[in-house]
Amino acid sequence: MAPHLASPMLSVSITHRLGAFTLDAEFDSEGGLTALFGRSGAGKTSLVNAIAGLYRPNRGYVAIDGEVLTDTAIGRFVPAHRRRVGYVFQEGRLFPHLNVRQNLAYGRWFAPKTATGSEFDQVIGLLGIEHLLSRRPANLSGGEKQRVAIGRALLARPRVLIMDEPLASLDEDRRHEILPYIERLRDEMRVPIVYVSHSISEVARLATTLVVLSEGQVAAIGPTAEIMGRLDLFPLTGRAEAGAILATRVVAHDRAFGLTVLQTAAGELRVPSLDLPVGTALRVRIRARDVMIALSPPEGLSALNVLPSTIAEIAAGEGPIVQMRLDCGGEPLIARLTRRSVETLSLVPGLKVHALIKSIAFDHHAFAGASPSAASSDAEIAEG
Amino acid sequence: MLSFSPEELTAIKLSLRVGFWAMLTSLPVALLVAMLLARGRFWGRSLLNVFVHLPLVMPPVVTGYILLILFGRRGALGAPLADYLGIVFAFRWTGAALASAVMGFPLMVRSMRLSIDAVDRRLEDAAATLGANRAWVWLTVTLPLILPGVVAGMILSFARALGEFGATITFVSNIPGETQTLPTAIYTFLQVPGGEVGAFRLTLVAIAISVAALFASEAIAQRASRRAAGL
Repeated sequence: MAPHLASPMLSVSITHRLGAFTLDAEFDSEGGLTALFGRSGAGKTSLVNAIAGLYRPNRGYVAIDGEVLTDTAIGRFVPAHRRRVGYVFQEGRLFPHLNVRQNLAYGRWFAPKTATGSEFDQVIGLLGIEHLLSRRPANLSGGEKQRVAIGRALLARPRVLIMDEPLASLDEDRRHEILPYIERLRDEMRVPIVYVSHSISEVARLATTLVVLSEGQVAAIGPTAEIMGRLDLFPLTGRAEAGAILATRVVAHDRAFGLTVLQTAAGELRVPSLDLPVGTALRVRIRARDVMIALSPPEGLSALNVLPSTIAEIAAGEGPIVQMRLDCGGEPLIARLTRRSVETLSLVPGLKVHALIKSIAFDHHAFAGASPSAASSDAEIAEG
Repeated sequence: MLSFSPEELTAIKLSLRVGFWAMLTSLPVALLVAMLLARGRFWGRSLLNVFVHLPLVMPPVVTGYILLILFGRRGALGAPLADYLGIVFAFRWTGAALASAVMGFPLMVRSMRLSIDAVDRRLEDAAATLGANRAWVWLTVTLPLILPGVVAGMILSFARALGEFGATITFVSNIPGETQTLPTAIYTFLQVPGGEVGAFRLTLVAIAISVAALFASEAIAQRASRRAAGL
């Protein structure tokens, strides 16, 4: 595999026999958070283990910032401890015989003095673990363990940070608690992150770039919103949670009814009140199952959000369900309807319709990446 | 009744000395062999395993005789060791220590190996991603976690050394002051009329040392276990 002219920050190409199937995947990352998404057993962990140098693949190429770490073609393999690839494991893997402070300091002990990286106080402040320093791992809750694990990996001054389903072993509340920390990591630390997950909602919220893996192969790779808007990937991205991502901006608060008004390219959305200042840019995920179609603007209906749109593409799935991609002022929206409705309403690509979304559909899972300043909000919209 | 004769005191001091040195010298070797058996993938691994366990199942006298052939004054290994390095085992306390070390070796290895097998390899992977090379991983992660097994092995070896009789008496016989440890002293005293009192005193001492060793090992192992479990 020829190196690019301007080396990407991370370049990966792995071929490895994994029992039932073969992992044969490649991707590049220019920074930000790259999510590896796929079902359990798709090969995601094997892929990141190869990046970390925890085994030698049958055939592979891994390079970070132009430095080649694995190249089976020339027999080059840099052992894990010299790669400076941080790794946050699903089970945390904190050293049980050391306390939190010692665990955190472990990576720093081995980090080269010349390496750039964050300082101890900055990291523990970011993760909110100051009060845990003298505790032993056995006395930490699941969420605390994971935060310490993240801190430990960061303090080793990695060039790339791998996170392998770090939230999988946590309950709903813990997950909700840690996600903002990971967002801050993505935005404030200069380290590119490779994030493995089989949860579409995590990925939708965190990822800059999305790599979809299925049975060892890369099914799709691209900016998150674009991948989430593609109908052909739905069997892989999961039916229940899938949906498009819209870029919005807070324009007003309706105090009387406890709602917030968001402006999108397609129109206005009214959602349950958000505690964010006017002007904040926000990414909103709208699940396909929460979108209804009407041929004309409805009257006497409870739904507050009506977005005029054009049907762009209809994908007939198996059985009674049909996925549909709508174009709302340039932004994609995914809807899921019964085939019967599609036929009854004579829905075809090119038809102008109205997309209806209940305000209640916007729960806390839907929002991500609130950034207050106007400058960064442009970047947010451009990114999404 | 409780005042010890000079021969008894000599036997006690010698036993402690022999036991201590047997344990100390076999420690690094046992650790290496235990790691090899637990983690190594090489031809002859099962052969090594059998070899290590032989002293456990062979008659101690046989082990002692083999030591005599190999390490005696004119033995295949004993002669060069004596001539070039000045190390003599025959009829010396060093021989008693060697016999005890060999007899206690399988116990030490087994105990260590149990602990090594129980270490979560994923923790070692984690340490590698944090920048620790293989040696540092072993020193900072593996070793602290196998410490209970290592301590237990050391105590077992020490206790075995204190009780060593058959191999010792065959290899370096029963010389007061040089190779007459507690067990052989007790045996000798019982052959002599009027020696039962001395034998009894020594028996009490042997029990006291064993009990103290066991208590110490329990305490150390418990502390190490708790640390390894993260408490």
